[in-house]
Amino acid sequence: MNRNRIARVVATVAGSITLGLGAAALAQEPLKIGFVYVSPIGDAGWTFQHDQGRQEMIKALGPKVQTKVVENVPEGADAERVIREFAASGNKLVFTTSFGYMNPTLKVATQFPNTVFEHATGYKTAKNVGIYNARFYEGRYLNGIIAGKMSKTNVAGYVAAFPIPEVVQGINAFAQGMRSVNPKAEVKVIWVNSWFDPGREREAANTLISQGADVLTHHTDSTAVVQVAEEKGKYAFGYHSDMSKYGPKAQLSATTHQWGAFYTKIANEVIAGTWKPTSVWGGLKEGMIKLGPINPAVPKDVVDLVKKAEGEIIAGTLHPFQGPLKDNAGKDIVAAGKVMSDDELQKMDFYVAGVQGSLPKK
Amino acid sequence: MDNIIPILAAAIAAGTPLVFAALGELVTEKSGVLNLGVEGMMLVGAIAGFATAATTGNLWLGALAGMAAGAAMASIFALLTLNLMANQVASGLALTLFGVGLSAFIGKPFESVSLIKGGTFDIPLLSQIPLLGPVLFRQHVLVYVSWLVFGGVCWFLYRSRAGLVLRSIGESPDSAHAIGYPVIRIRWLATLFGGAMAGLGGAHLSEFYAPMWVEGMVAGRGWIALALVVFATWRPARVMLGAYLFGGVTIAQFFAQGAGIDVTAQLLSALPYLATIVVLVIISRNVNTIRLNSPVSLGRSYRPD
Repeated sequence: MNRNRIARVVATVAGSITLGLGAAALAQEPLKIGFVYVSPIGDAGWTFQHDQGRQEMIKALGPKVQTKVVENVPEGADAERVIREFAASGNKLVFTTSFGYMNPTLKVATQFPNTVFEHATGYKTAKNVGIYNARFYEGRYLNGIIAGKMSKTNVAGYVAAFPIPEVVQGINAFAQGMRSVNPKAEVKVIWVNSWFDPGREREAANTLISQGADVLTHHTDSTAVVQVAEEKGKYAFGYHSDMSKYGPKAQLSATTHQWGAFYTKIANEVIAGTWKPTSVWGGLKEGMIKLGPINPAVPKDVVDLVKKAEGEIIAGTLHPFQGPLKDNAGKDIVAAGKVMSDDELQKMDFYVAGVQGSLPKK
Repeated sequence: MDNIIPILAAAIAAGTPLVFAALGELVTEKSGVLNLGVEGMMLVGAIAGFATAATTGNLWLGALAGMAAGAAMASIFALLTLNLMANQVASGLALTLFGVGLSAFIGKPFESVSLIKGGTFDIPLLSQIPLLGPVLFRQHVLVYVSWLVFGGVCWFLYRSRAGLVLRSIGESPDSAHAIGYPVIRIRWLATLFGGAMAGLGGAHLSEFYAPMWVEGMVAGRGWIALALVVFATWRPARVMLGAYLFGGVTIAQFFAQGAGIDVTAQLLSALPYLATIVVLVIISRNVNTIRLNSPVSLGRSYRPD
């Protein structure tokens, strides 16, 4: 802090002597950017991917940006304090990377109209608040295709956190992917009621295996499910990050989040003064979702099938939720030739055919 | 039927941290000391065990470190309540609060670190018995250790002279003191044993059951252990039963979900706590058993004249 101030004083003094150079030095003042993370960065998972994105942005923009991170910030009053502290200490751009930061972000944003806020996975924008999210379900669909081809029992196990639309989209897309190549495929879901509880995730994974699942995936934050699959000689898909180092044999592929290009773009817009509040929901096409590396155990024809589907999703000719689509009670949801709109996707509250059980009521 | 074996085997694994913590607390309470700091001691044991295992790569060293840390926490409690005559209930609650904070603080650098899973051991021959084998004898080594602790505690309390002395101190420290037993020293040892067992239970949780460190991962098991001791009317066999019941319902809720049984997941998560307490209250509702088994001087400070 002190050294910074001295540097600035020196720059100002130098500037007053050589006017031109001084102005140039001031213009290069880096854009200060704050990142609020909901969990520790660790070495895999939701927050880890956001931090990878931050580092990619730094790599791309170099001295033009200066970032600061606060990790493990609980959603609620603490979040508001951290966000306000960021805004008050001169960060002109703040990324708040968890759903529960929505209201704190909006509240602080009204008090700091000259600071830009970007909130991940929320649904409320404001004059200086943009939102961004990724179409995680597109990756899930591709994972499902591999699962449908690789499963011998035709049963996949899904360890899920909370029954919110984002998680339900993933389950349904996975089932749709499986069913597209294997009409007998079934998906069993266990809710653990926590985003991060390795003990319960592990028990749930073990339970699913003993109930016949031989491919597992999860929408929780730890690597426990992939580890269990590795121990029990079953298959799994990583989520958030490539988790192959926790299950080199088990992980067939993964759905990974890529925020780097988006962070770079937003930072550039703020620097250039062209930023406008937008609602970004990017998928494979925008590069915000990427299919993880595919395990060599997956035969080439399956890889080709996945690559083809990936190309079609990017080209817009294939949609994981295109009609005819029925829910698992047999009710028609989407008519043939139609696809679900983004609005409908964001309210998803049913299981598609192929998912067992019924969705817990909130 | 196919489902029964994995449910039972997983129930025993899930109940084991409780077995350790509750048996330890049972011995402590039998000496007349009520230590409400079990949750805190388990948490500190969990992080000490995990941190040691993660840095040295030796899981057993980690388990020992967990015991040592639990005992160290208990010694704070013993110093306060046995030597300085502080109130046991208040000191125990403070110990839990302290443990929650301390473990979170020490645990910061260990979040999202993974351990190699290890330590399951199939007992030769016994593990081949149908049904019983896969349920009982293909467990983690610490599960077998918990049975040894159970046997040891039963023998010590009801078959050994030292156990008789310990129980008499729990009943009437004055009389025990009058015939020359070192009340404070024995209560110290009982409290340390309770702490070491709570620490081992915590280490089992973080090193083998999860195996991962998460802030607050003991998640109320310390309080359940305390409740188990009371509802089991201070009898080791019932403590074991309660611990496995808790583990069983924890696991059964996952099986119910996987089998497509439609109950709200939140209710299912609350079920283990509810079921354990209801069952223990019912089997222990006889007032006389409670009066007979509860240590009379429990929770009272004793000052030798």
